[in-house]
Amino acid sequence: MKERKIIISHYIILSIWALIALFPVWTMLVNSFKKQMDIFRNPFAFPAPLNFDGYLYVFRESNFLLYCWNTILITGISIVCVLFIGSLAAYALANWKGLPSKLIYLLFLAGIMIPIRLGTINIFQIIRSLNMMGSVYGLIPVYIAWGLPMAVFILTTFIQDLPGELMESASIDGASKFRSYWSIVLPLVRPALGTVAIFNLINIWNDIWFPLIFNLKEDQRTLLLGVTYFFGTYQTDWTKVLVILTLATLPILALYVIMSKQFIKGLTAGAVKG
Amino acid sequence: MSFHTTLRLKVYLSKDLCVKRSATDELNANLLVIYFNFRYKLVSIKELIMEQKTLLNIPTLLKGKKRKAKDYWFLYTLPALVIYIWFMAFPLFNSMRLSLYTGSGFVPTHFVGIKNYIDLFTNPIYRDRLIGALIHTCILFAICMGVQNTLGLMFANILSGSLKGRSIFRTVIFLPVTLSVLVTGFLWRLILNPNWGALNQVLSMLGLTQFSSYPWLGEPKVAMIIVGLVTAWQWVGIPTMIFLAGFQGISEDLFEAASIDGASRRQVFWKIKAPLLMPVIGLVSILTFVGNFNAFDIVFGLENANGAPDYSTDIMGTFFYRIGIAGQHPIGEPNMGVGASIATVIFFILLTGVTFWMISQNRNNKKSE
Repeated sequence: MKERKIIISHYIILSIWALIALFPVWTMLVNSFKKQMDIFRNPFAFPAPLNFDGYLYVFRESNFLLYCWNTILITGISIVCVLFIGSLAAYALANWKGLPSKLIYLLFLAGIMIPIRLGTINIFQIIRSLNMMGSVYGLIPVYIAWGLPMAVFILTTFIQDLPGELMESASIDGASKFRSYWSIVLPLVRPALGTVAIFNLINIWNDIWFPLIFNLKEDQRTLLLGVTYFFGTYQTDWTKVLVILTLATLPILALYVIMSKQFIKGLTAGAVKG
Repeated sequence: MSFHTTLRLKVYLSKDLCVKRSATDELNANLLVIYFNFRYKLVSIKELIMEQKTLLNIPTLLKGKKRKAKDYWFLYTLPALVIYIWFMAFPLFNSMRLSLYTGSGFVPTHFVGIKNYIDLFTNPIYRDRLIGALIHTCILFAICMGVQNTLGLMFANILSGSLKGRSIFRTVIFLPVTLSVLVTGFLWRLILNPNWGALNQVLSMLGLTQFSSYPWLGEPKVAMIIVGLVTAWQWVGIPTMIFLAGFQGISEDLFEAASIDGASRRQVFWKIKAPLLMPVIGLVSILTFVGNFNAFDIVFGLENANGAPDYSTDIMGTFFYRIGIAGQHPIGEPNMGVGASIATVIFFILLTGVTFWMISQNRNNKKSE
């Protein structure tokens, strides 16, 4: 019977936390469909009737779609580059035996514990000297550099664990190194590529530091930077604010609900990094 | 045409790995093999055609053979190295160098030695804020350790059992991690709004009317604690998952042996699980430490870059942003030299933490050997 009591108490603890964890997200979603006064009167109830004013306003009057496109563009380009460049390096570092290989690997490992933000002052100047200040594209090289240490680390460990005969037999058979990378290694490391992609997706999509620092022009803003300005302007108009917060969160939230297992794995691996 | 070759070809075909044979004399043999296989219905006509195509692709074969002699490994790491060094490693060290310079405008040009550091540590404009930021970041760390990581340990301990619906709870606990820190900040800012926020409404419903219009984020004494709690709310999923992996790494035999000996749940936790989990606790602590000294978004979202109210939530991240990039009131112009010196101070704090962690980890390893 004691065992039973413990199990019940476990359920109670987890349920209370589940409520606390979901409560802000729930209020955000539900209240974005309400009129201002209904939010204040009853913030928890389901919206009745549904009110789409906020959504219509955001889609019609704000640059939401443009900012969304900007974010998708730079997130996509950065992730593809991190995956390609990072897996190329990892493929070499896993196969290349020798001191230079070890040193390069260590150089990447060092980047894992040190936050890229500490170099901001100089990154700012480099981007300026490249004439990319204020442009959303200036974010791409920074995001690639940011994602690489983790990508190299995870992919190198993964490739090292692949059966060596696979690559050996391919090279005996005359396949070039790039060929065996492209047609043997890449398909086999797909799970690790997924981990790296998810981690970078969250990092880049949710980043506000670099968009703030790069002083992006009005039509060049990322989604979250747009949200920041929007929040500043409409702070008292809760319906609009909640709509833009919902829209900024929804894409990632939807992906998370669909593949929560991969997300949990990717983000935990990204946090631990070794 | 050995049995071995046949087998290998079959393996390659089935795995759809387009691999070619190297020697041209072997090529004929292989063509024979594939025809042989086709005749005895080991491969389909489609595969026959495909394999024939691959095998007869002679130019690729020769090229591959020539290339084999040399190693171009360095070239493969080159793109990654260039971008990583250009936009991350080099700026990090160059920022440290810039902390020795001063000057108006975007690039400090005037060498002043350690004057920026002397300013930072003695000039009251900077010193008081630096001390404040250090204290607040430590408060943040303490709350994250005490609330976030303790809760994480508890949830992981529960989830490592055979509870029904585990995966749903896991998904829910982890959900806030995927939210943007900024959105989290904005959301809680609305929830904690003294007059209209949902929290005060809930508290009133529960009969705690003294909080009916309490300004959680406007009261200097509690604002930093709220920042810490919101941070803990968001990130608790990470320690939960790390501890969960740690629990799953502990051998089942130990629990069985303990329960045969009549150990209680509490005893099992404190005598078996906790000691074995020490390295994981160390890992979670250092991750929290690095995260907290790098934090910025949460204060920016909940309050603003000034660490309102009255600098009571000013942490190292916001201090660095204000001095080095945005410009501090009342001057309003960034001082990149001092900003770089703040980044350097943060760097050495992190370095100290990581070194300390590595040493203690090594000691633990030696002990267990």
